[in-house]
Amino acid sequence: MTATLPVLTPKDFASDQEIRWCPRCGDYSILAQVKKVLPTLGIPKEKFVFISGIGCSSRFPYYVDTYGFHTIHGRAPAVATGVKTARPDLDVWVITGDGDALSIGGNHLMHMLRRNVNLKVILFNNQIYGLTKGQYSPTSPLGAKTKSTPYGSIDNPLSPLAYAIGSEATFVARSVDVDIKHLTMVLERASKHQGTAFVEVYQDCNVFNHDAFLYATDKEVKGDNLLYLEHGKPLVFGAKTKKGIRLNGATPEVVELGNGITEDDLLFHDEKSADPSLAFLLSRFKHPAFPEPVGIFRQVDAPIYDVEVNKQMQSELAKKGQGDFDKLFNSGDTWVVE
Amino acid sequence: MSSTEVLNPQPSPGSDKRREERDSVVIRFCGDSGDGMQLVGTQFTNVSASFGNDVSTLPDFPAEIRAPQGTLAGVSGFQLNFSSQDIFTPGDEVDTLVAMNPAALKTNLADLKRGGTLIVNLDEFDKGNLQKAGYETNPLDDGDLVQKYHVHKVPMTRLNRDAVSGLGLSMKEQDRSRNLFALGLVYWLYDRDRGVTEQWIQDKFKKNPTVVEANLRALRGGFNYGFSTESFTTHYSVPKARLAPGKYRKITGNEAVAWGLAAAARLAGKTLFFGGYPITPASDILHSLSEMKHFGVRTFQAEDEIAAMASVCGAAFAGEIAVTASSGPGICLKGEAMGLGVMTELPMIIVNVQRGGPSTGLPTKTEQSDLLLSLFGRNGDSPIPVLAASSPGDCFYLMLDAVRIAVEFMTPVVFLSDGYIANGSEPWNIPKFSDLKKIEVTHPTGRPAGVEGSPDDFLPYLRDEKGARPWALPGTPGLEHRIGGLEKADITGNVDYSPGNHHKMVMNRMNKVAGIANYIPLQTVEGPESGDLLVISWGGTYGAIRTAVLKSIAAGKSVAHAHLRYMNPFPRNLGDIVKKYRKVLIPELNSGQLRLLIRGNFLVDAVGFNKIQGKPFLVSEVVRKIDEILAN
Repeated sequence: MTATLPVLTPKDFASDQEIRWCPRCGDYSILAQVKKVLPTLGIPKEKFVFISGIGCSSRFPYYVDTYGFHTIHGRAPAVATGVKTARPDLDVWVITGDGDALSIGGNHLMHMLRRNVNLKVILFNNQIYGLTKGQYSPTSPLGAKTKSTPYGSIDNPLSPLAYAIGSEATFVARSVDVDIKHLTMVLERASKHQGTAFVEVYQDCNVFNHDAFLYATDKEVKGDNLLYLEHGKPLVFGAKTKKGIRLNGATPEVVELGNGITEDDLLFHDEKSADPSLAFLLSRFKHPAFPEPVGIFRQVDAPIYDVEVNKQMQSELAKKGQGDFDKLFNSGDTWVVE
Repeated sequence: MSSTEVLNPQPSPGSDKRREERDSVVIRFCGDSGDGMQLVGTQFTNVSASFGNDVSTLPDFPAEIRAPQGTLAGVSGFQLNFSSQDIFTPGDEVDTLVAMNPAALKTNLADLKRGGTLIVNLDEFDKGNLQKAGYETNPLDDGDLVQKYHVHKVPMTRLNRDAVSGLGLSMKEQDRSRNLFALGLVYWLYDRDRGVTEQWIQDKFKKNPTVVEANLRALRGGFNYGFSTESFTTHYSVPKARLAPGKYRKITGNEAVAWGLAAAARLAGKTLFFGGYPITPASDILHSLSEMKHFGVRTFQAEDEIAAMASVCGAAFAGEIAVTASSGPGICLKGEAMGLGVMTELPMIIVNVQRGGPSTGLPTKTEQSDLLLSLFGRNGDSPIPVLAASSPGDCFYLMLDAVRIAVEFMTPVVFLSDGYIANGSEPWNIPKFSDLKKIEVTHPTGRPAGVEGSPDDFLPYLRDEKGARPWALPGTPGLEHRIGGLEKADITGNVDYSPGNHHKMVMNRMNKVAGIANYIPLQTVEGPESGDLLVISWGGTYGAIRTAVLKSIAAGKSVAHAHLRYMNPFPRNLGDIVKKYRKVLIPELNSGQLRLLIRGNFLVDAVGFNKIQGKPFLVSEVVRKIDEILAN
């Protein structure tokens, strides 16, 4: 018997709660794209669960009309692991930010990624603590002047994607909040991945850190500052001049095409590579020395934690039959008192 | 003496040895942590339990896996009390002490009663070991020792090597069975049937026939040594106990917790999710449950205590009987996520196997000092029901209650055990699974009609007559809703910071938990209904305090005993009970945590008796305290 699924639209995923993000916050765009992608997945609405930690982005579950759990700071990956392990039939999405995922929740993120729990993570990276009103975050660049670093940050920042790839995440991608088409494509790809799909989104906190990603969003310059990854294609970028990435030994370098340099000389993208080295190399590209790659860095298949947990349970059940408590209680040494 | 003489004591000089009957005997095996003392203690317990004695045990092991050999820090012990009577404690004083080295003698001798039997492995009392134990002279040469105790200096290492010689084992391998030689000797001394242990050896080492043979020879060697040597003139028998009729097994507290959890999930028609992180002395719960997958148990060894608790919140939201187990330091880390459980009003169990604190404290020693942590160790007014098991077997039944309360009232429940209950064991009258009461769980399947709010809305914080909110499971069409740690609006569950709502919601949560008092058993009292003294206890001190009170009653004193299992809320008649006695005494293995609660709740001038040494109460010290209070 096949049940016909009702046709859903983004509106069906709008909750009745008033959205309380600041006007022009990058979160609005991400919410809109997620609501656009969800109805296309052929999954009944009641099967979605959105789980978040603490921070501006973590209000997200209140704004989608699915099951949702706004948990505690940094722990959304662990809560989500509990949900998904218990109920593999649910489609679980973790919503987090740079402080939530990488500072207070860094440990949980690493372990969820290495276990390859079958869920999606969207990390809203705005390089600032917004909800607490403007302290530097683990992704804020050196020198960033914030409320807690009035003389500039001396705290070496972390690359979310390098962290994810180092934890052997099986799906790693990046997009930009205002790049609607690209973000939609990345979310669609993530939603179809089996295993943990980790997506970093450059998100504008227009109140506390509006300048952070202008290089990646300003139409005048972004062509030279972003590199759109495509599987099997050479790494090319550049608005006016066509440029590419070439390996010089093990070191990447930016080259202009022409004058004897062709696309064949460039590094080609391979998101399916079992070896995460290329994806890691790409995750290290930082503006302004390099264009920053967006798109799918890595997408490989690996055993999935929740699937394996339930497989093991089923195989024990098949081997031993459903556990019999009377048999268990009476196992080992027993004796009778008359 | 040659090995043949040990193994075949012909002619038998032992046949005319005296046999005396005893009601109760306390034995303690102690040695280096590598000497296998826990193993021989467990074997002796099994043999005695299968014979029909009542038994109670107290394992005591060092925090370090292998502290330097021969040192005081490395001493591991196992005490058991076996009896023809009902017993509730592993015993105050030791009748027979087996010390495998000088360090073990030094740390344990004080507990051996005057006139008791001391068996030492003479071969280990060499200069090096004496020095490591801090002895300047050999205590075995001390005339005082022989005066006070029946001392048997047995060259166990040598005798055992003789017994197992010819099997092609290295010296080190030979010495590994020394503990079984000691066990065999004590089996003879207490007239035990060694068949149970012989069978165990054959099963355990069946892949290695040489090891089977060595262990059997060691065990028999020790037994025959007792039989044939002139050092032992008497041996003892302890008749069967008169326990309630039924089929029995031995059970430890941690086993009973694991089984209780799995059974509760089955009784609720659900599967069990256990999220945990290894910690002494709670890890065995994780171990037991991870073997029970075919009982519908999923175990998740999380990256830390916080993640374990958070995963439990997730699994509870997803509809599981969700549980974590830890000990003090781990519970501290779980505090924030437990608060999330309180705010989201999801059912879950938090087992705390208490150990000595604060901080890392005394990881392998018992204490009951997390009562106030359980009640108050979270931010905000954060009420959680707290139950405390009184013995290993009680863990099973109380756990069924804990799960029932969690799902009926939609609340986290803290289940308190302790190191003493967790590792200790007692005979357990095996229940029939079909006799256990079902646990009712309901999940809404559609939108309730005719309630407040928009007719289309599911109302996740609409309460039933017990104050519980509905447990709507993800995957149910039409009941999509959001929960979280922010304050909830009454009924709708939307985020709401308004002053009146917060006050109301705090009181809703407080009243819901307080109301559980109407659904738990009334407090019972053993002894007179009113009188001079009420002794109140809770948790693992049950056995010692009950025994002490019964002794005092038998001595004609006006004393009664109330043992609490429900710590929050208290049984609703407790306030009346405490006022019926002239004085109230609360012995605890902490500095007075229950006393604070009893005084605060009932305005009675309760007196404490507090022992904070990582050790359980002795019956005698409680009796003395009772006498002292009654004398004033």
